Amino acid sequence: MKILVTAKRVEDPESKIKVKPDGSGIVPEGLKYKINPFDEIAVEEALRLSAAHTGDVVVVSIGTKDVHEQLRHALAMGATKAVWVNHTGALDQLAIARLLQKVVEKEKPDLVILGKQSIDDDQNQVGQYLAEFLGWSQATFASKVEALDSDAEKNKQPGLKLTADKKGLTVVREVDGGLSTLECSLPAVVTTDLRLNQPRYASLPGIMKAKSKPIEELTPAALAVDVAPKLTVTKLSSPPARKAGIKVADVPALVEKLKNEAKAF
Amino acid sequence: MNSGFGVFQEEHEAFRRTVKQVVDRELKPFVRAWEEAEEFPLALYRRFAELGFLGLKYPEAYGGTDAGYLYEAVLHEELAKCGSGGVAAGLAAQFTIGTGPIHLFGTDAQKRAFLAPAIAGQKIGAFGVTEPDAGSDVAGLRTTARREGDYYVVNGAKTYITNGVRCDYVILAVKTAPEKGHKGVSLLIVEKGTQGFTVAKKLKKLGWRASDTAELHFEDCRVPVTNLLGDENNGFFQIMGNFAWERLSLALGAVGAAEDILEQAMRFTRERQAFGQAVAKFQVVRHRLAEMATDLECARQLTYHALKLHAAGEYALAQTAMAKKVATEMCCRLADQALQLHGGAGYMQEFDIERHWRDARLGPIGGGTSEIMNEIIAKQLGL
Repeated sequence: MKILVTAKRVEDPESKIKVKPDGSGIVPEGLKYKINPFDEIAVEEALRLSAAHTGDVVVVSIGTKDVHEQLRHALAMGATKAVWVNHTGALDQLAIARLLQKVVEKEKPDLVILGKQSIDDDQNQVGQYLAEFLGWSQATFASKVEALDSDAEKNKQPGLKLTADKKGLTVVREVDGGLSTLECSLPAVVTTDLRLNQPRYASLPGIMKAKSKPIEELTPAALAVDVAPKLTVTKLSSPPARKAGIKVADVPALVEKLKNEAKAF
Repeated sequence: MNSGFGVFQEEHEAFRRTVKQVVDRELKPFVRAWEEAEEFPLALYRRFAELGFLGLKYPEAYGGTDAGYLYEAVLHEELAKCGSGGVAAGLAAQFTIGTGPIHLFGTDAQKRAFLAPAIAGQKIGAFGVTEPDAGSDVAGLRTTARREGDYYVVNGAKTYITNGVRCDYVILAVKTAPEKGHKGVSLLIVEKGTQGFTVAKKLKKLGWRASDTAELHFEDCRVPVTNLLGDENNGFFQIMGNFAWERLSLALGAVGAAEDILEQAMRFTRERQAFGQAVAKFQVVRHRLAEMATDLECARQLTYHALKLHAAGEYALAQTAMAKKVATEMCCRLADQALQLHGGAGYMQEFDIERHWRDARLGPIGGGTSEIMNEIIAKQLGL
């Protein structure tokens, strides 16, 4: 089975992120970047599934040559090959989904796994758009029944399971207040939630092997996708600074404050 | 600010990210408890073996990855950021001094018996040179090994031996020809459990608390001659050869620790408010931080220069000694300045700075003091 996964380059949340004074973006100095953590979970899940059912894992990223770092990371984890859509400048979610659609049509995977959202702009749209454009089944927020520190996790059991006839997929989803289990037919698009798995480390042999794995270069023009944005970001601003807390004398005082000041109920 | 500068390639940086993940997930959350217990779990050696970290510069035939010095340099830097010099040192001793001499001077049989299980995390190694009355003055060692048939009979004592309590074997510097001074020294592998080999005590230290540091006694301890490393009476040169990488690794560890120290100082001063603003906004603090970053960069560049020479196979004695001295002393300065910037918080155990401050102090002492480094440099100058 062939699986396609994404590896978006995002700002490392450990670096200090500051909004530019004019609100046009964030200050690039001192920033570090990494693979979107939800995508890393998608790569891990794809590797586990492909190990169980044999097959290739193709990783895709869109951006400048800098995204090679994230592609190499996924290749070092074990992905078979990489596709780089060479593009400079901002892209909206529709354009990203259209580009991925073309890559999917070219690569013809049985399954696409991608992060439910990227941690930079938290849109949570691409997976859903992509499933719609492809006309495939979709299962969002894939999660897991077992806890991340369980023996099943340690033994790297895939969270996504092929159905008995291998034509469908059983997906556990995280929903408000619990988990729901879906069965969907293949081909499908699955987006990953945080608790699906614990991604493996890129091992040293994996890093060495990744050096010689192919990265295929494509462009929006070659894929015949119009990436002119239909959505523009007008302004970024930091959340308002939190006010200092206060101490209350007793429970009635707390209830009074919650009721009349915080309007909590 | 980018710090790649020509030494490390893309794949080394990829490996750095892996080590960082391991340090963040598997070491950092626990170092506080290990420091208090004054030891870390032995299982960590197995874990590091599993990750391939114990054999980065050793041949595949013995379970290593033969990846080379630069990968191990990355490991030293990142390991130092776990926040406990003791954890970093206890683990690093396994892939530096505890195995290096066997890799460099051992026979195939010795490598199979000691190096391979050490790379697999099954046997823990230590290196014993320092004695109660001699250290860098190798010629003045008093531990003797007298040949009796197929055995050496060892008598003497060693001290400040990292991993000495928990090691399975120690590579021991002994006098096989006491009358010949430094030309009468040999290296012997002595296994734990050999009759006459006892751990006298575990030593209490200012810093590096999670590492095990021991005093070892040898009394008529009979060691098979097959455990002699390389040629008899060649130990002085073997020890000097092994010191090169140990010193470089201490310099790299100091650079890594200093990065963590600087980062903590920046984080704290950005958050800490005084007189109506973050203290990092005061020019005196900003300039202090800028000077600390510069100090670190100087030491890093010298260390990387020595590393490049070493990785290229040059015996860069003077540059290595300079890097060891400059980097470890820089780390002490940075730790002290960062502690000062933390104010009262820096003196408290709640913050990691006081531990860095205690741990850094070992740098200009271990693996040859700064004064010994100066002696080496002076000698290289022809003085």
